[in-house]
Amino acid sequence: MSALPTVGSLSMLLPFTLLAPLVAMLLIVFLPKEESKTIKIVAAIGMFVSLALSLYAFYTYDRVLGGMQFTLTIPWIPDLGVSLALGVDGLSLPMLLLTNLIGFSSIYASWNMEKRVKEYFILLLILIAGVMGTFIARDLFIFFLFYEIVVIPIYMMVIIWGSTKRVTKEYAGMKLTIYLLIGSAFLLVAMIALYLAAAANGNPTFIFDELAARQELYSPAFQKVAFALMLFGFGSLISMVPFHSWSPDGYAGAPTAVSMIHAGVLKKIGGYGLIRLGVYVLPLGAQFWAPVIAVLAIGNVLYAGLIALAQKDLKYVVGYSSVSHMGYVLLAIAALNPTSMNGAVAMMFAHGVMAALFFAMIGFMYEKTHTRNITELGGLAHQVPRLAIGFMIAGLASLGLPGTVNFIAEFSIFISTINVYPVLTILGIAGIIFTAVYILRMIANVLFGPRRPEWDHLTDIRGPELVPLVLLGFVIFLGGIFPNILMGMIDTGVTSSGLAKILETVSQAKMGGLF
Amino acid sequence: MHDLFQWAWLIPALPFLSFLLIAFVTKRSKGLSSTISILAILTSLGLAIAIALSIIRAGEEIVEHPAIVNVNWLNIFGLNIDFGTIIDPLSGMMLFVVTLVASMVQIYSLGYMHGDKGWSRYYAYQSLFAGSMLGMVLATNLLQLYIFWELVGLCSYLLIGFWYFKVSAREAAKKAFMTTRVGDFGLLLGMIFLYNKFGTLDFAALAAALNTNFANVAVVGTVGYVTVMAFLIFMGPVGKSGQFPLHVWLPDAMEGPTPVSALIHAATMVVAGVYLVARMYFLFDASPAALQFIGGIGAFTAIFAASIAIAQNDIKRILAYSTLSQLGYMMFALGVGSFSGSMFHLMTHAFFKALMFLGAGSVILAVHHKQDIWDMGGLWKKMPITGWTFFIGVMAISGMPPFAGFFSKDEILANALQNGHPIIYAVGLFTAFLTAFYMCRLFFVVFMGPEKSENHTHESPWSMTIPLIILAFFSVVGGWAALPEHNFAFFVHFGEFEHEAINWTLAGISVIAGLLGIGLAYAIYVKKLISAESIVTRFPRVYKVLRNKYYVDELYLWIIHNVMDGFSKVLYWFDIFVVDGIINGIALITRGSAKTLRLTSTGQVQTYAMVFFFAVVVLFMAFAIGEGQLTALNPLATLGGVK
Amino acid sequence: MNLSNLGNLSVGLSTYLLVAAMLFCLGLYGVFAKRNMIAILMSIELMLNAVNINFVAFNRFLWNQKIDVHYVLTGHVSALFVIIVAASEVAVGLALIIAVYRNRKSTNVDEFNWLKW
Repeated sequence: MSALPTVGSLSMLLPFTLLAPLVAMLLIVFLPKEESKTIKIVAAIGMFVSLALSLYAFYTYDRVLGGMQFTLTIPWIPDLGVSLALGVDGLSLPMLLLTNLIGFSSIYASWNMEKRVKEYFILLLILIAGVMGTFIARDLFIFFLFYEIVVIPIYMMVIIWGSTKRVTKEYAGMKLTIYLLIGSAFLLVAMIALYLAAAANGNPTFIFDELAARQELYSPAFQKVAFALMLFGFGSLISMVPFHSWSPDGYAGAPTAVSMIHAGVLKKIGGYGLIRLGVYVLPLGAQFWAPVIAVLAIGNVLYAGLIALAQKDLKYVVGYSSVSHMGYVLLAIAALNPTSMNGAVAMMFAHGVMAALFFAMIGFMYEKTHTRNITELGGLAHQVPRLAIGFMIAGLASLGLPGTVNFIAEFSIFISTINVYPVLTILGIAGIIFTAVYILRMIANVLFGPRRPEWDHLTDIRGPELVPLVLLGFVIFLGGIFPNILMGMIDTGVTSSGLAKILETVSQAKMGGLF
Repeated sequence: MHDLFQWAWLIPALPFLSFLLIAFVTKRSKGLSSTISILAILTSLGLAIAIALSIIRAGEEIVEHPAIVNVNWLNIFGLNIDFGTIIDPLSGMMLFVVTLVASMVQIYSLGYMHGDKGWSRYYAYQSLFAGSMLGMVLATNLLQLYIFWELVGLCSYLLIGFWYFKVSAREAAKKAFMTTRVGDFGLLLGMIFLYNKFGTLDFAALAAALNTNFANVAVVGTVGYVTVMAFLIFMGPVGKSGQFPLHVWLPDAMEGPTPVSALIHAATMVVAGVYLVARMYFLFDASPAALQFIGGIGAFTAIFAASIAIAQNDIKRILAYSTLSQLGYMMFALGVGSFSGSMFHLMTHAFFKALMFLGAGSVILAVHHKQDIWDMGGLWKKMPITGWTFFIGVMAISGMPPFAGFFSKDEILANALQNGHPIIYAVGLFTAFLTAFYMCRLFFVVFMGPEKSENHTHESPWSMTIPLIILAFFSVVGGWAALPEHNFAFFVHFGEFEHEAINWTLAGISVIAGLLGIGLAYAIYVKKLISAESIVTRFPRVYKVLRNKYYVDELYLWIIHNVMDGFSKVLYWFDIFVVDGIINGIALITRGSAKTLRLTSTGQVQTYAMVFFFAVVVLFMAFAIGEGQLTALNPLATLGGVK
Repeated sequence: MNLSNLGNLSVGLSTYLLVAAMLFCLGLYGVFAKRNMIAILMSIELMLNAVNINFVAFNRFLWNQKIDVHYVLTGHVSALFVIIVAASEVAVGLALIIAVYRNRKSTNVDEFNWLKW
């Protein structure tokens, strides 16, 4: 271990990206709480800087070279091998960009917030920075640290600014937090076990790549157990059936911005972790558990998809729909081949953008009509056409319409899993029919139909409120029409890192002809 | 390669551009929106005509070697997809038909949609549809085709629900999307299987791969695999082209504006399924079982829909069932191996069915948005242009020479018999009889007979009649493409081209069947020799079943509302009470044990002290007994060591 | 334990320890059983004094040696410390008792279970 910081090219890019929202947060701390307009503007500027920097990173990332770039390593606790190691590759860069896209939009989705504005934006910025940190960390310890940071603001935001419908917001916040904490407790055990196993040659480290390079130190039995712990931790985070029940309740109770960030990016830490830690570091464990993941994944797709049909609350529909879509990510991870990893990351990105747009639109709708009950809404396309357009874009993306980035993701998942799990894949594709049914029903009942006089007073979204619609809608279509922009980046992450090489060793994972 | 063919991408690009312009720039200005849209589609029409002429000039060269341009679109590990354009006689014909009908419909809409609040939105959707449909026609690979296939489905959804404030329109749009989605499930699956097997989705590469696989006997099970894939892919066309059992959405789709029905649900989008089967004919041709299935489904749909059409009273619904029936015709034509016949019928049908829909629109506007044919009557005198052009359409669909439908129907029926499918031939012939009957019924009731004075009708404006005249022209001359000097089949065919003269015996039989239908309708609805009521009272059950479309909709609704929604409710119950119940149960156990254990905290310091003291004593003794050797913990031993 | 050794001493270490233990147990009993807070405080003093006896006794019997000319008196000093701490403890304790008494008009510990839950 070198004691000196190792500095790559443009190494300060990521720290600045991470610090921008935190600096904005500090500024807000010193602003008087009556200045709500200034607070919002400062928050928006902070996130804008962060978004611009991550876009810059996305464009300057050298796809030919691949691997971890913009790296920065500062030893932190040398005795334990902990170092403040940042860096991004083709897997984490899309997630970083996603975090900032959604973070930036979520500020604007909360533009009409009036209750305890100062505290709200402070917590929101901490939350965004925490999520961002997990994606740019190259060190398991740092990854875990940021992951824990995320939990606290979420809990407070849900119970203070949340809404009580089927379940109280206190219950929702508690459920969300306890699930996250239990998951992270299992992760902690797995992390320590992994660390101790990797330190067997007397050179302790937490760096992902280093951990992955020490394959020979992990016995198959160890890999199975450690992966099982991770599967529980990350699986409950990505709402794998049957550990999914926090997700619809949590989204329904949370304020708009938290729903956006939680469904959009935080949930994706589960999938990202399963790939980065599970598959990459413990391939044999992944191979052992893959069939289980695949079966549970189809449970997600069909079970949650069917339940979404029975929902009356808009947020519950999208909540269950997001559980259902995470099934595709899990199925792709379980297929353990490079194309499916591409599909999994693309699906996380696509679903994140779509879910964030959906929750933003539902948030505005709730703000204006004070209801989320589908039976009470109707004919909103008359009074709020732009809101209706945003809602429709999100809905169509959700059912995987070609031309949206979601289709690309679904297609690359199906095409790569059919070989490994033919029957499960067919069942998964059948899930798109359920998706079509609940999405189209919801769109029809909320947006279309006769004009309702009780909504005549509503004003359409305008000004800052348009930012989520324009930004996220643009990304949905850009990714769908020119898929190489996004997919090329992810492909770099899959093929030029060690991942593809590791996958080759386990690619024979199959459940036989049965599934 | 002809230079012009490289610019084919402009044909879909222009309407797409027009869509973007209308959506983001000229939304507010109605006049500008429609002008841009019509200009774009007319330019595309010009290009399509130029390409069609070049194809005819190029002759055999282009038939053997289609002009293909590809650019890379998606390239990741294990998945490489191109976007491109293919110009061969098939796509050239489709380009011409689509751009022609689309531009006619857009011009017609100037009159029909006059004063509508959603004018700009309407033209935006129209442009988007035209662009997607043309993109689909030009697709060089299955994925590209699928993408545009879904986009035309989206446009269909948007345009059926164009008057979204009507509950019926909203429900119809939803139904159309959901039903086609069921078909698309199969198409997507088939596509994935194909890619998995052959590693490409490019039509040319697939055809080549399939050929080599069949040449190589060692590839066991290929026929079975191909059959499965053919069946799956055929599910898409079943949904899109309204074949039984996924036909239910098309009649309901008539809730959209009438020009939309003419363009999307009669002439262009619904034939996309037929086009797809034609494009992938190399696959279906490799599997006799699949072809047989297609023939069966097509023939069944043809007669099934025609029988329903007899008992309908809504002018647009009659036309819709007629469309279903004619789509069945095209489909079984492909099934019996009449590739050219099917494509030919696709073209002529596009002309005369668009004509009749637009004519129906003109009528509906004239009688102030009534659609029941019994509310109309005697319109011939008041609306001569609409009446004459509609008459041409009816004659064409009834297969009367020298109108377009005669040639295409005749070729299909002749091929069916020659290729050894006598049952399908009989079904087709009987359908031709039914078609002539119900179309003439429609025509006689609407245009003949006594005038209804309350209607105050007048002829439609020029913007609506000119498209009618142009389409009527093509409904007559379109069929002449089959005549020996400009042989349609020479350009559009599959496999080896064989010249076939018109079989005048079979043609005569078809004409007689058509004449019988016309005569029967004339006897019932004009001369009143036979009372329609008496037939209904004679066969009440049959009439009721036909009137209610064989109760297929009711069955589907029952399945959706009871089976699917019921299942969904059960699972929701399971999720809340069992899955969540376990989670909440764990929480309850934790809370319960905490409640019990806290009773030990009495708050009495003395109790705590006592527990503490005795615990220390117990611990001390445990150590002393258990680990007696540990002298450090045994003070007595220490004392004993002292001198 | 060697009884013959014990017999040689008139008053040995064990005697002191025995007294101290008895004293400690008395104190312990007082702490557990008494209801009056002042009595409890006094019992605590008894226990502390038992410890003091132990300190001094151990120092005398087990560490009875000289460094240079001086006896090592660690145990004695510890006992002194304990006495000082005990004195201050009594002061604080009595002050608390008085404060509580003013509030509740009682010195019965059974009535004071505010720390419960």
